[in-house]
Amino acid sequence: MSEQLQQLGNPSSLHTHGRATRKTLEDAREAIAKKIDCLASEVIFTASGTEANNIALKGLFWNGKKTGKNVVVISSIEHHAILDPAHWLHTHEGAEVVQVPVTTDGVIDLEFLSTLVSDRGSEIAVISIMHSNNETGVLQPVQEIVAIAGDIPVHTDAVQSFTKTPLSYKKSGVTALTLSAHKIGGPLGIGALILRRAFEIPALLHGGGQEREIRSGTLNAPSIVAFATAVNDSYDAKKVCDLRDSFIAGVKRLIPDAYINGEKSDRLPGIVNVTFPGTQSDTLLLLLDGAHVSASTGSACSAGVHEASHVLLAMGHTEESAQSSLRFSFGATSTQADVDFVLSVLPDVISRGRAAHI
Amino acid sequence: MKLIAAMSGGVDSAVAAARAVEAGHEVIGVHLALAANPQKYRSGARGCCTIEDSHDARRAADVIGIPFYIWDMAEEFHDGVVEDFLAEYAAGRTPNPCLRCNEKIKFAAVLDRARAMGFDGVVTGHYARTEIGEKGKTLHRAVDHSKDQSYVLSVLTIEQIQGAIFPLGDTTKVDIRIEAEKRGLAVAQKPDSHDICFVPSGDNAGWLRDRLGSEVGPIVDQDGKKIGEHKGAYTYTIGQRKGLGLTVPTSDGSPRFVLKIEPVTNTVVVGAREDLAITTMRGERPVWCGPAVTEQVEQGFVQIRAHGAALPCTYYFDGTLLVATLKEPLLGLATGQAMVIYDGDRVVGSATISETE
Repeated sequence: MSEQLQQLGNPSSLHTHGRATRKTLEDAREAIAKKIDCLASEVIFTASGTEANNIALKGLFWNGKKTGKNVVVISSIEHHAILDPAHWLHTHEGAEVVQVPVTTDGVIDLEFLSTLVSDRGSEIAVISIMHSNNETGVLQPVQEIVAIAGDIPVHTDAVQSFTKTPLSYKKSGVTALTLSAHKIGGPLGIGALILRRAFEIPALLHGGGQEREIRSGTLNAPSIVAFATAVNDSYDAKKVCDLRDSFIAGVKRLIPDAYINGEKSDRLPGIVNVTFPGTQSDTLLLLLDGAHVSASTGSACSAGVHEASHVLLAMGHTEESAQSSLRFSFGATSTQADVDFVLSVLPDVISRGRAAHI
Repeated sequence: MKLIAAMSGGVDSAVAAARAVEAGHEVIGVHLALAANPQKYRSGARGCCTIEDSHDARRAADVIGIPFYIWDMAEEFHDGVVEDFLAEYAAGRTPNPCLRCNEKIKFAAVLDRARAMGFDGVVTGHYARTEIGEKGKTLHRAVDHSKDQSYVLSVLTIEQIQGAIFPLGDTTKVDIRIEAEKRGLAVAQKPDSHDICFVPSGDNAGWLRDRLGSEVGPIVDQDGKKIGEHKGAYTYTIGQRKGLGLTVPTSDGSPRFVLKIEPVTNTVVVGAREDLAITTMRGERPVWCGPAVTEQVEQGFVQIRAHGAALPCTYYFDGTLLVATLKEPLLGLATGQAMVIYDGDRVVGSATISETE
C-alpha cells in the first residue's frame, strides 16, 4: 500500500504514470474477483460496504420500479447499511418494505419468504438478505433464498463472511454482493459491489463514470491494492472455530446462566454473542476495556447511547436481555492464551456488572 | 484512585478530567445522556443535552487520552429532576433543578454505579472545594466566588462528599479557559451554560405552560379582593413586580409585588414591598454536609440562591426543620428554594424552604 501511495498517476489517465497505476489496480481487481469467484468486470469499487449496499438496494429497486415492482424485501436482522436505505426508499420513493422475520436461532424464516414470493412475487423489485449476521455470526441460507426468488434479483451483504467461510459469487446465484476491505484485515474506507454484468442499474454518484457508469469518482488505488493483498491473507477457520468453542465452554463453566445466541445454527468461526443475565452491556464493555479486553455491543443511537440490538430483539429477546448481551470476535491472530486471559477476567467483570445494574 | 469523570462537553469538566489524570488517578470519562430525544446542535447557552455536546466531550477525552463512554441516564433524569421540577412548580414552589441533578444523578445514580463497578469516586467540573480536617472531608466554596457552585452541591451527604472530587475549586474560571487552551482542548472558548438544560428555548414560563396548562386565575390583594387575572400561577415568582398586568392602582401609587402563590385555588396574592419582608425561614428534608446541626443555636450565614449573597443569620435544627433567623429582613423568598447554611466558606448543610415569616 505504501508503495502504491507514492505512485502519482490517476488510473484513468492515458500517460505513463496513469498506465502504471492502472496496471496494479486491475491486477488487484482480478485478485479480488478470483477470491470471490466472479469476473473482474463484475467488481465495482466503492468507498465502503455501506456505499455498495446503497447502490445495490436503490439501483435494483429503481430498475424494478420501471416495470411497476414496488416491494423491497429485506430481513429483520440486516445491518443498518441495508435497513436505513430500505427505510429511505420507503419514505422518499414510496417503496413497500417487507421484513422477513428470523427464528429464535437467528436464521431467516424461509417459509415466510416462500409464501411471500408465491403470493406477491410479481411486485417484488429486490430481495436483500445478508450472508451472515454481524452480531451473531449466524449464516443465512442464501442459496435457498436464490432458489425461492426465481427471477427476482437477490442482493446479499457478504461483508462479514468474506474469506471466513466458503463463498462463491458464481455458485451463490445472487445478482449482487457486497464486500468491505477492513473486515478482512484490509484498509478502512474501501469496499466493492459485485454486480452481474447484465445489470446496468442507475448510479448514485455521477461524474467521470469510472466504474461501469454505476460509480463515478477517482479510484482509491492504494486502498484497492491493499484490499487485494488482504484477500490472500491466511485465515485458518478450523483454528478460529476451536478457539471460539473453547471460549464458549469456558463462559458456560464460569457463568452458568450465560447463554450463546444462535448457538444451534451454522455460524461464522469468529463471532460469539453471549447474554449475561442481570447485566448491562455498556457497563461490561467499560470493565472489559479496563482489563484490556475489547468486546462490542449491537449499536448505539446518534447520541451514543447503547440501544437494545434489533437483531436480538428479532430473535425474541426482551429489551432487558438484549441489553445484557455482548459480542466477542476472534481473528486469525487470536490465540488460546487470549481466550484464557478473557476467561480469567470475566467472572469479576460479570459480578461487578451485576452489582452496578441497579 | 480509580475515578469516573463526568464530562458534559464543556470546558470545566474537560479540565477537571485532565487534572485528575495529571494527579495520577486512573480516569474514565463518562458523558451522561440526560435527554430522551436530544437535539443535534447546541443553541444559545444550554447545558449539556445535545449530540454536539457529547461529541465535544468525546473529543476532549481523546485529547486527554482517557477511555470514554456514554451512560444513558435519561430515565433517571426525567423521573428525578424534570418531574420534580414540574411537581414543585405545580405546588407553587420555585425549585432548583441543578441541585436535584447533583443529588439524584451525578452523586447518586452515577456514584453508586461507579462504586459498584469498583471505582472510588466521581470527578466533576464544579467550582467547589473539599478539605480534610478534624471534621472529616468537608465541602467548601471555590476560590472564585463569582463561579462558586457549592450552593448546588449542598445536597450531598457526607458519604457522597467522600466520593466527590472537584479539581477546579482552587482556580478562577478565566484561568481554567487559559489552561484548556494550553492543553489543546477545543472547548476552551465554548460559552458557559446558564439556562435550565432541559428547557431548550430558554423560555421557562412557556415550557411550564405547555406542560402544566395555562389556567387563568385571579390576582388578589391581601384582603382577598380580585384586582386582576393571571395566565397560570406557576409562572410567577415571589417578589416579582413586573408583568403582573394590573390596572387598578394602589391608593398611594406604590408598586405591588407577588407575595404568595396558592396553587390549590390558582390564586396569586400581591401586596406592598414591606409585606415581602421575612426574617425567619424553615426548611424540610435537611442534609448535613459535615457534622449535624443540633438544637444548639449557631452563628453563620444562609444563602438562598445559587449566586446570591451569604446573609448573616443564626441557625439550629428543631428535630424536623432547619430554622434560620436573619440579622436583617429579606424581601421576597420563594418556598421550594434551597436554604444553604455556611460556616465561613464551609457548607454546613441545606434544606428545602417550606415556611417563611
